[in-house]
Amino acid sequence: MGMTMTQKIMAAHVGKESVTAGDFIEANLDMVLGNDITAPPAIIEFEKMGGKRVFDKNKVALVPDHFAPNKDIKAAQQCKIMREFAHGQDITNYFEIGEMGIEHALLPEKGIVVAGDVIIGADSHTCTYGALGAFSTGVGSTDMAAGMVTGKAWFKVPSAISFVLYNKPQEWVTGKDIILHIIGMIGVDGARYKSMEYSGEGVGHLCMDDRFTMANMAIEAGAKNGIFPVDHLTEDYLKEHGKREWSSYSPDEDADYDQVIEIDLSQIRPTVSFPHSPDNTYKIDDIAKISIDQVVIGSCTNGRIEDMRIAARVLKGRKVAKGIRTIIFPATQSIYLQAIKEGLIEIFIEAGAIVSTPTCGPCLGGHMGILAEGEKAVSTTNRNFVGRMGHHTSEVYLASPAVAAASAVSGFIENPENLEVM
Amino acid sequence: MNSHGKVIKFGDNIDTDLIIAARYLSTADPNQLAQHLMEDLDAGISKNIEKGDIFVAGKNFGCGSSREHAPIAIKGAGISCVIAENFARIFYRNAFNIGLPIIESAEASMDIKDGDEITIDYETGEIENNTTGKKYKGEAYPSFIRRIIESGGLVGYVKSGGAE
Ligand code: SF4
Repeated sequence: MGMTMTQKIMAAHVGKESVTAGDFIEANLDMVLGNDITAPPAIIEFEKMGGKRVFDKNKVALVPDHFAPNKDIKAAQQCKIMREFAHGQDITNYFEIGEMGIEHALLPEKGIVVAGDVIIGADSHTCTYGALGAFSTGVGSTDMAAGMVTGKAWFKVPSAISFVLYNKPQEWVTGKDIILHIIGMIGVDGARYKSMEYSGEGVGHLCMDDRFTMANMAIEAGAKNGIFPVDHLTEDYLKEHGKREWSSYSPDEDADYDQVIEIDLSQIRPTVSFPHSPDNTYKIDDIAKISIDQVVIGSCTNGRIEDMRIAARVLKGRKVAKGIRTIIFPATQSIYLQAIKEGLIEIFIEAGAIVSTPTCGPCLGGHMGILAEGEKAVSTTNRNFVGRMGHHTSEVYLASPAVAAASAVSGFIENPENLEVM
Repeated sequence: MNSHGKVIKFGDNIDTDLIIAARYLSTADPNQLAQHLMEDLDAGISKNIEKGDIFVAGKNFGCGSSREHAPIAIKGAGISCVIAENFARIFYRNAFNIGLPIIESAEASMDIKDGDEITIDYETGEIENNTTGKKYKGEAYPSFIRRIIESGGLVGYVKSGGAE
């Protein structure tokens, strides 16, 4: 029987002709990632395992991004543990404030993850690199420690759901709307333990930043990974950023899928996930007027340059509604700089938004925009669980940068199409 | 090896932000984390847990982030086992890797009530409800996972040379 794209990458990393769903394998790793929250416990486990040197100093990436720049003394201690480990181990891919960014935007941009790789990261959104045609998945700190010692990780080979995309999305519909639509359709455990493999001519209509957003949120459908085919857009991206040789894999013609779901991208509308679950989705057309207190645009889901451009398109020449706190955080230093060069930051500030240095910040209720009791936010992040962005009675509505920016202007959840005819 | 304790029952899709909110992640200390376990769901819960108590939940327990702090907080609070219809995949890995026993059983997850006393036999995978006298069969661990458990978690597994 044929293999899925994910299974082919796995087989290549155990040096086998083929693997089958359900097999337990130990695969060689091309990159092991950790951040300021997950690396410190991994470092303790690394030492308990008897680890002296990491398996390859070029294949470990450590990024302070969650509570960085250090939000308090405890966070400062955590960052310090990671920094000292990185220096002691002479880790090539340690990114200090100034070169940093949110890990899942940073690693592809720095070219240290490429098509055909097997990557683990002690962060659930490690699945983001599937956009490049890599197998990447989130693990815990102990797995990260084992990865740093041995250069290997154990996996149960996943089965897959095939998503065949066709037609072109409508003007204001982006990768975020498509993935929210899919999660709404299959549920937060709809792809549990499985791969979400995308294919079809519709993929060609999605820019790389759309694909990163969609691969990023595979975990919100419970998936092990989300993965895109390698096409000319991927190759252009890899040529611009990639630091290593890449390999492109495609699924066998007779690959075995648990399910095949066809999606007509032209039918998808701007979509919003209501509290407190990403699968609680509504089309923008079916939403009553919901007043909000805060808008957050950024994160590893939607903090890339295309996201900044769309937000700026909506905010240009407009003002944020009185009393709405609008926080925009570009995901990396280079995205931040590009946004400055293109005049986007000026548009944001003139509109009455604030712009933050790259950080996870408010996405996980860390710092830079925590919600008070009963407050509501429209956010381009990926999770709207109870208490995710602050007080346990606060509410987060997940949306695209276009919907978030339009909502900032109106003061309630707004369809960007409505602003155009103003 | 057995576990015996009082059941604390939860519904479906208990996510890692509910288990331990991100605002407490600037430490990985089990005792400190345990004090804030499930705080946003029920602020008093950590005080009512007795050593050995067992969590029983619905489907997709532990969905959300990769934070190992979630199973660590549960273990740190003295919970001896988590039974659920099924688990989110990263939580599933993490629980084994840090040595928190977990069992998948749809029947037990549906039938067992809050406050029931239950006993788990890990050798046979059998769950007995001492309150009602009913017995349930838990999902047996795959052999690969058993090897990790027998090594006392992933740390022991790697230390002893892993698969080689
Ligand atoms: S931006 Fe949010 S979801 Fe992404 S890595 Fe940071 S905390 Fe996690």
